[in-house]
Amino acid sequence: MSTAVASPRPLAARRSARDTVPPWRLQSVPTRTLEIIGAWLLGIIWVLPLLYSVWTAFHPEGYATHFDLFAPLTLSNIVHAWQAAPFARYLLNTTILVTIVLVAQFVLCTPAAFAFARLEFPGRDTVFAVVLLQLMIMPEVLLVENYRTLSELGLVDTIVAIALPYLGSAFGTFLLRQTFRTVPQELDDAARLEGCSLLARMWRVYVPLARPTYIAYGLVSVSYHWNNFLWPLVITNSVTTRPLTVGLSIFATTDQGIDWSIVTAATLMTSAPLLMAFLLFQRQFVQSFMRAGIR
Amino acid sequence: MKRETIQAWLLILPALILLVAFTHWPAAMTLLDSLYAIPKGNRPPHFIGLDNYADLIDDPVFWQALHNNVVYAIATIPASVLLALLMALAVNEAIPGRGLLRMAYFTPTMLPMIAIANIWMFFLTPDYGLFDSILGFFGGGRHNWLGDKATALPCMIAVGVWQEAGFFMIFYLAALQTMPSDLKEAAALEGSSRWNFFRRVTLPLLMPTTLFVLVNAVINAFRVVDHIVVMTRGGPDNATTLLLYYIYETGFRFWDPAAAATLTVVLLAILAALAAFQFGVLGRRVHYR
Amino acid sequence: MIHRRTLLAASVATLAAPAIVRAQTVKELSFYYPIAVGGPLQAIIDGYCQDFQKQSGIKVNPVYAGDYSNTLIKAMTAIKGGGGPQLSVLLAAEMHSLQDQDILVSLDEIGLDAEGRKWIEGFYPAFMANSHADGKTWSVPFQRSTAVAFYNKQTFAEVGLDPEKFPRTWAELVAAAQKLTKRDASGTVARWGFKLASDLGNAQWTFGALANQAHCILMNEAGTETYFTDPKSIEAMAYWYSLPFEHKVTPPGITAWPEIPTDFLQGNAAIIQHTTGSLTNFRNNCKFPFGIGGLPGKDGPRTVVGGGNMYFFKSASEAERKAALRFVRFLTEPERAADWCIKTGYIAVSPAAWETAALKKYVADYPPANVARGFLPVAVGELSTHENQRVYKTLTDHIQACLGGNELPAQAMEATQTEATRILRPYKRG
Repeated sequence: MSTAVASPRPLAARRSARDTVPPWRLQSVPTRTLEIIGAWLLGIIWVLPLLYSVWTAFHPEGYATHFDLFAPLTLSNIVHAWQAAPFARYLLNTTILVTIVLVAQFVLCTPAAFAFARLEFPGRDTVFAVVLLQLMIMPEVLLVENYRTLSELGLVDTIVAIALPYLGSAFGTFLLRQTFRTVPQELDDAARLEGCSLLARMWRVYVPLARPTYIAYGLVSVSYHWNNFLWPLVITNSVTTRPLTVGLSIFATTDQGIDWSIVTAATLMTSAPLLMAFLLFQRQFVQSFMRAGIR
Repeated sequence: MKRETIQAWLLILPALILLVAFTHWPAAMTLLDSLYAIPKGNRPPHFIGLDNYADLIDDPVFWQALHNNVVYAIATIPASVLLALLMALAVNEAIPGRGLLRMAYFTPTMLPMIAIANIWMFFLTPDYGLFDSILGFFGGGRHNWLGDKATALPCMIAVGVWQEAGFFMIFYLAALQTMPSDLKEAAALEGSSRWNFFRRVTLPLLMPTTLFVLVNAVINAFRVVDHIVVMTRGGPDNATTLLLYYIYETGFRFWDPAAAATLTVVLLAILAALAAFQFGVLGRRVHYR
Repeated sequence: MIHRRTLLAASVATLAAPAIVRAQTVKELSFYYPIAVGGPLQAIIDGYCQDFQKQSGIKVNPVYAGDYSNTLIKAMTAIKGGGGPQLSVLLAAEMHSLQDQDILVSLDEIGLDAEGRKWIEGFYPAFMANSHADGKTWSVPFQRSTAVAFYNKQTFAEVGLDPEKFPRTWAELVAAAQKLTKRDASGTVARWGFKLASDLGNAQWTFGALANQAHCILMNEAGTETYFTDPKSIEAMAYWYSLPFEHKVTPPGITAWPEIPTDFLQGNAAIIQHTTGSLTNFRNNCKFPFGIGGLPGKDGPRTVVGGGNMYFFKSASEAERKAALRFVRFLTEPERAADWCIKTGYIAVSPAAWETAALKKYVADYPPANVARGFLPVAVGELSTHENQRVYKTLTDHIQACLGGNELPAQAMEATQTEATRILRPYKRG
């Protein structure tokens, strides 16, 4: 990395580079303190609703409406919530769903991205533009029509049906194409010289180099589909296909009134897996975004 | 060459077929459906041209939904992008507890919107919800936040921003952390002020990220209605009805596929126009490295 | 999971009985029921299904799809998708809309013999109000309720009201509610005198009761006309409007149905308008003495009925329809209806049920259970028209606008009537 500015006075420059402190480091302590306080205040406000829900979930029902710092802790809300609805099944459904989506998206988008990135064929750019249309028009917007398509296919109320509209992912194709284009041509040529077929080249050269992109995209996809609600709501009817989000929404609507302790407990249960995963892997999360060049 | 073409098409076809089947084809079908009357029982729909659109123009709820969505978009998009940038800048600095802070900002994004809706609904319950409790502490009165026309949509906006700002923050953070440090040194040598550096160097370099984040924010403003479904069901008196929610209601509660198709066409037109604007106009101003 | 194992075991046991196997042409039915999964009601319904299976060998699979709205959406979606249930509990008031979708089959078509006709006639007339069209019977009452008032006897005594005397007229209710509304020093309300629901899905039920209290019926039996601009209807809305704005006994804006029981139990609301179905909930969870009373009317208590009926779907085969009918007759047998009433607080649907030993004993032990049915003679059917959900929505929109202070009662009712007329126009010709 070369410096952008060349100083005409080497000795003096060395001295000044050492002694120069960027002006913002010289800023007054009060300003900086103010900024830190501001950032922290925002952070607290940001996390407050969640903290309160956690608090409510672990305290008996009466305290949901009367905040008392020394109220007794209890696990009964979690137990009740777990027993009240088949959350284990919902968890299984959701896991199956995101796995299907992730694997299928990788399998389908990789070859397509490779073709757009490295192959020449007539109409390539037009087709790519057509693909990109999906970036703005997500399948949910077309839910009435998509519902009809799936009912004609006889796939209503299956986990596959939840996944199907998203498998041909424009976003994934776009990301992978960008990444594949940065792969040095020399590596590709070397593989070709060794006699690798097209697919082998794709698999041996391009895919490994795009690992950060796969990770970043995988994280986005998993969190998107784990949290997806409207489309699964419409397309599923039974316990054996319903994901966590839909299960939670049904659970929270009763004719006889809402018990906030149990609802917050259930809410936390459905959010916990993703939350745990993020808390454990947040550094990797950010880093993969950096390396994937999504910026 | 020919062989390459065939190979290319084989590679593209699976993804393309699924894509077209669930995006382009339904879009076209929706357009067609909007030109037919609502089917009744066993009677098939018949062609009525633009009558559905005429009905739509007469429908006050449609205009309300459109108005609400525009307000919602205008409020959430700048708010979430700006907050995301501020958060990223804050967390990028070496301030105490920044790991925790990053977690605090990002956590709402990891929650399903349904969970968020429940949490906020509890929060905003009149009288004993946390909001009213805190306000009561400071002497404020009770508010029916979700039941009052004036405050319902702002609450939805707050929920929307709360959910997505953290997600956009990650993109900005990644971009900030890959900014070469020699730029800062160069600016320091030139004696540039912090604000100047930010405005002249950081911001333009963040333009690709900003464009990306903007696209997502725009899409979300029209796509995410989960909180409406759970918290207000479009009320009070359609104050929080957004376009996609109205489509869902028309299609699945009133069982009127013709009206739902007509509404969908309007939504598609809006999204297409926004896409053209974003990629056409803004895209040209973006500086890529 | 445990239920499935038991059901599986029960199915295996019944399969082992060859006589039953020979007689059966239908083994399984799918039945949609409007509650959230889990909770005490699910256990009861599961129990009835198991009992029925022991008796008849037919396995009924209940599907729990959420509240009435969601269950309707789910059932419709499933049926339109080509599969779906053979029967479902749905709002009694949805009959016309369901007919429009052409998915119902009438009981007459399924086949009613002399005994069947006697069975139909055995229900309370008030509960059959939403079941007839074109001279046929389309649904059968199952979990019916009326809107009643629950009141906090403790607070009544506190403010000097007689806890055993519940107001009978609008004027008395307003007076009592004013005494019961408690404000603290800063003017914030600590306890509301009266709460009634105005959210989507419930506002129209509340209004139905109020309209009847002003002696107004809101629609014709064919479901093709509405009468929102009838002076009595406007009077009812004006009364509702006066509660938050003039008498200040109820909060302005929307009050949500699910919040109301919690508010009542917390002592936040002294009198509430809710369903008899909540009786058991309050009996189990109320920490203070409470009472149940008829909703005060202009000149005496009047109310509205609500709740769910059993509907049968056309998409079922001949054998399935008969099996479904058999299941419903099983569910509405007097002993079972009595059992359902005791366990839930819904009103048992036939006078015969109230004559059973179990229910008589229950009423003797717990007199409040008998209060609601005393108001059946002065109860009117729920608002029911074609395109029911659309009409509900426009009515709710304007009620909400009115209660939010954005529309005056007369204005709101006129706007609703205009919209409803527009919606119902295609049906008037037919």
